[in-house]
Amino acid sequence: MNDLLFLIGFPLIIALSMLLISKEKIRNIVVICSALVLCLASLYVLLTYFDKNTVLFNISFEPIAHVMFFIEMIVAIYILYMGIRYRKTFTVLLVLLQAGLLVFLEAGLLPGMDIGNNLFIDQLSIIMAMIIGIIGSLICVYAVSYMETYHQLHPGIKDRRKLFFFIMFAFLSAMFGLVFSNNLIWILFFWEITTLCSFILIGYSRTDEATNNAFLALSMNLLGGVAFIAALIYIAVIFPSGQMFELSSLVNSGYALVLVPAVLISFAGITKAAIMPFSSWLVGAMVAPTPVSALLHSSTMVKAGVYIIVRFAPVLSGTTEGLMIALVGGITFLLASCIAVSQSNAKKVLAYSTIANLGLIVACAGVGTYNLMWVAILLIIFHAVAKSLLFLCVGTVEHKIGSRDIEDMGGLIVRMPKVAVMMFIGMAGMFLAPFGMIISKWAAIEAFITAPMGLIFIVILAFGGSVSLFFWSKWMGKIISVMRNQENVENGIKWEKWAVLSTLTALVVVVALIFPLISTYLIEPFVMNIYGQTTRLSQANVAIMLMMLCLLMIMPLSMLFYGKNSKHIAPYMGGRTTEGEMRFAGSIGTTRELVLSNYYLRNLFGEDRLFMIGTLLCWALLLIAGILLVGAVL
Amino acid sequence: MTYLKKSPWIIHYDASSCNGCDIEVLAALTPLYDVERFGIVNTGNPKHADVFLVTGSVNEQNREILKNTYDQIPDPKVVVAVGICATSGGVFRECYNVSGGIDKIIPVDVYVPGCAARPESIIDGVVTALGILETKRLAMVGRSERKNNKAGETV
Amino acid sequence: MLGPFAYCRDTPRGGGLMTAGPFEPIINAIVYILLAPVVGGLIAGIDRKVTARMQGRVGPPILQPFYDVGKLFEKEDVVVTTTQNFYVLSYLVFMVVAGALFFSGGDMLLVIFAFTLSHIFLVLGAYASFSPYSHIGAERELIQIIAYEPMIIFTAVGMYMVTRSFFVSSIVSSGIPIILYLPGVFFGYLIVLTIKLRKSPFDLSTSHHAHQEIVKGITTDFSGPNLGKIEIAHWFEYVFLIGVVYLFFGWNPLLAIAAIIIAYFLEILIDNTTARVKWQLTLRSAWIVAGTLGIVNLGVLYYLKAVVP
Repeated sequence: MNDLLFLIGFPLIIALSMLLISKEKIRNIVVICSALVLCLASLYVLLTYFDKNTVLFNISFEPIAHVMFFIEMIVAIYILYMGIRYRKTFTVLLVLLQAGLLVFLEAGLLPGMDIGNNLFIDQLSIIMAMIIGIIGSLICVYAVSYMETYHQLHPGIKDRRKLFFFIMFAFLSAMFGLVFSNNLIWILFFWEITTLCSFILIGYSRTDEATNNAFLALSMNLLGGVAFIAALIYIAVIFPSGQMFELSSLVNSGYALVLVPAVLISFAGITKAAIMPFSSWLVGAMVAPTPVSALLHSSTMVKAGVYIIVRFAPVLSGTTEGLMIALVGGITFLLASCIAVSQSNAKKVLAYSTIANLGLIVACAGVGTYNLMWVAILLIIFHAVAKSLLFLCVGTVEHKIGSRDIEDMGGLIVRMPKVAVMMFIGMAGMFLAPFGMIISKWAAIEAFITAPMGLIFIVILAFGGSVSLFFWSKWMGKIISVMRNQENVENGIKWEKWAVLSTLTALVVVVALIFPLISTYLIEPFVMNIYGQTTRLSQANVAIMLMMLCLLMIMPLSMLFYGKNSKHIAPYMGGRTTEGEMRFAGSIGTTRELVLSNYYLRNLFGEDRLFMIGTLLCWALLLIAGILLVGAVL
Repeated sequence: MTYLKKSPWIIHYDASSCNGCDIEVLAALTPLYDVERFGIVNTGNPKHADVFLVTGSVNEQNREILKNTYDQIPDPKVVVAVGICATSGGVFRECYNVSGGIDKIIPVDVYVPGCAARPESIIDGVVTALGILETKRLAMVGRSERKNNKAGETV
Repeated sequence: MLGPFAYCRDTPRGGGLMTAGPFEPIINAIVYILLAPVVGGLIAGIDRKVTARMQGRVGPPILQPFYDVGKLFEKEDVVVTTTQNFYVLSYLVFMVVAGALFFSGGDMLLVIFAFTLSHIFLVLGAYASFSPYSHIGAERELIQIIAYEPMIIFTAVGMYMVTRSFFVSSIVSSGIPIILYLPGVFFGYLIVLTIKLRKSPFDLSTSHHAHQEIVKGITTDFSGPNLGKIEIAHWFEYVFLIGVVYLFFGWNPLLAIAAIIIAYFLEILIDNTTARVKWQLTLRSAWIVAGTLGIVNLGVLYYLKAVVP
């Protein structure tokens, strides 16, 4: 248990030290060293526990619970103060409601309950811990160099890096706490901490836009928090012994009434994972500095949302409410993929892609058969790795070329070759065979066929998957256009960024290579424990995919040997003389510049229209689930 | 024996012609003459072409374009000047605004006089050009072989 | 249940690749790799001959596509950028891999994704040259891909629903008259086949006919050997595409061959009697028309299988 406590406590200590260290150089060194320690610690946890199934740890509930409650109240007061100061009525109402419910829970219902097994670790926790420990640490290292450049480029923004790194490490600590907690009340505590971290980090630059988006994120997450607390109150009322606060007991209990907290907590998960109709906060959160987007809003915090839904998948499986939740996820997947086609802001594209993939995970978890559970976990892993790489690349590119618009990234392979190649691999990891995401989507199709009402999801997957192909390919095409006469601006990128980007790129490939191992040692035992049966990709298919991956890695070497003596001529421009960067002789003696831009299909896939459709549909489905739930309770 | 003779792809360019010869060129592609039975395809893309059919007497506007299009065609290539305007400027020879014949701009392999040149003559011209194409191809191969041999020779 | 998922103990039924002898898939793959260019080229040649006859012409000899490719390899090696060589080679290699996977009896969905991978390389090759015609050709090619991809997935899913397996070897040897269960899916497949074969009215990104509006579209800036490789890749693809048609009639090989001939003839006929449409109509036709046919067919099948044991 000490290793788990270390993972929770160590980042917290480092976080506090961030507030105290004034000298930037020392702070940077501390960040990098702590990141390394966290990576190693996560690996240690993996090696220690991977072959054991669920391990419960008995740690006493009482004093820690009081401390948590105290901290929660302070947080509530802080949010109340911020809400009043910035005149955000909705936030104020929500935080008052939440605080009130919390006080009711703590003071009225909990005294006398003694809950023992408050920490645990199982394969899913290990996987999440690896993501937090490895990818999270890498992002913190990247942030060292990124924030330095950020403040150089934006001198108007106050340098609050001490706070920044404090929150980043506190967030890591909270995430570790979240995935290692067996006690739902503790999970709620860590959940709320992540909400607070997200709020502060989104509003880092203190511009009006950032502040408004921070409050938007806060309100939606608080709404989820209210649902979470409502679930806890329900558990406390129905199961006064307190045993049911343990996640492991709750999920495995088999009681029909467990569906109520399951759905309520899934609702909280939906708000945190920015599934429609709550997706606008994630899109708005893109104003935050890129490490924030990479860490919180693609690989970790939003994964906590889907993590908790995956935890409850066995309860949701086979129920109509679960199906409603799954449909909400599926519709989000389809519509968010479509909206991403019409966006030219790179971070918005990544945001919508994240929302889409999270929706897919929710769809798998909501239907909750054993093979869909397998798919959901696989999706979590692959998405975290590839998406964080893409966010960090986009951040690097933005600092060099001064824009995050895809249309300005043309010819990146000439201007920033190494970064462009890494982006290429990251994007390939998102939609090309034989990389991870396509394996997951393939497995999802095959799993949905045997699931109840699976055909709807297959249709959603078929269309959503094709559309996502479009926006990734056209972005890829944009960056690999060989525009002549562009200068290489890659110099001056610090070693921290290179180290992190290279590691993540390697991870994308490595995870695709070793996923059979991950499946055998982690995912399959986990699924087996819950469902009594498990599944995996057949050996033949795995062999073929590995062969394809090797082929894919060898093919670029052909550029070294073959075709070096090819004669080069200009592209065809209807016979017009072209010079330099496709400047061509126009009519009446003018010289025109060639501008090539991608198709955005805004009439078909416009953001406003599709978002409205998604909001309406998803609210309708959630209401149906809610009504069914109320009917089940009464 | 090369494949070039069996599959010559043409690109046709009108360098300020009156369109008379152009119509005859396109007539050759119609079912009446059907040059596709010789594998001839009218591809509008110089990068894909082998035979460059040019009509017209070349004015200032298309002088550059003619040159650029010619440069875009990969070797081996042949140029067929169709019609008397392309050959020598024809009736516009003395005009101030035309170059008078495409051989002032690009090297020509076959001249097909006529105003307008008849499809039979054009086909005849293209067939002659194919022979030249084959010679050029063999020369190209020979050159590269000599280059390889030279590289292998020790001094 | 067959499929890519095997039970924990790797049962012999765990994969369709383990049919008669372990070497059969490999032999099938090798036969495909060697014969497909020949068969594909002949199909292309017969295509042009039939087209010519429909237009009242004599037409080129049936071996003409081979002469064309032979000629292309005799041309000078000219590129706009050296990366084009890599993209075209990858396009060809993965096309061969995908087709070989199909003919060796592999998982249909993996085959589809491998084909997508190879097509993306062609698209990237066009983007790499930074030329207006190639660029528009590439964008249109992507629209074509998203137009046909859902329907192709429905085809695979439909096959699974009828034969309970995604593995081509099981589908072929199942002995079930698949066409009777999947008429809507088959018709939808024929619609997207028009797109995949680059035939009018859906030949947006490139075609073998005169295509002057965006010159040669996606293949504008490829020449010589690269263009030859693209052509050969197309041949490999033709063989795969008619292989899928075969699957619908697999229980009766003679009927299947007749179906292939009729289907391909229909494609040629449609090619010669329609004009090219805009991409909006292509996307709508593929998604709405083919999609509805496919979804309704699958829905009916789902309902019947779910309700009627």
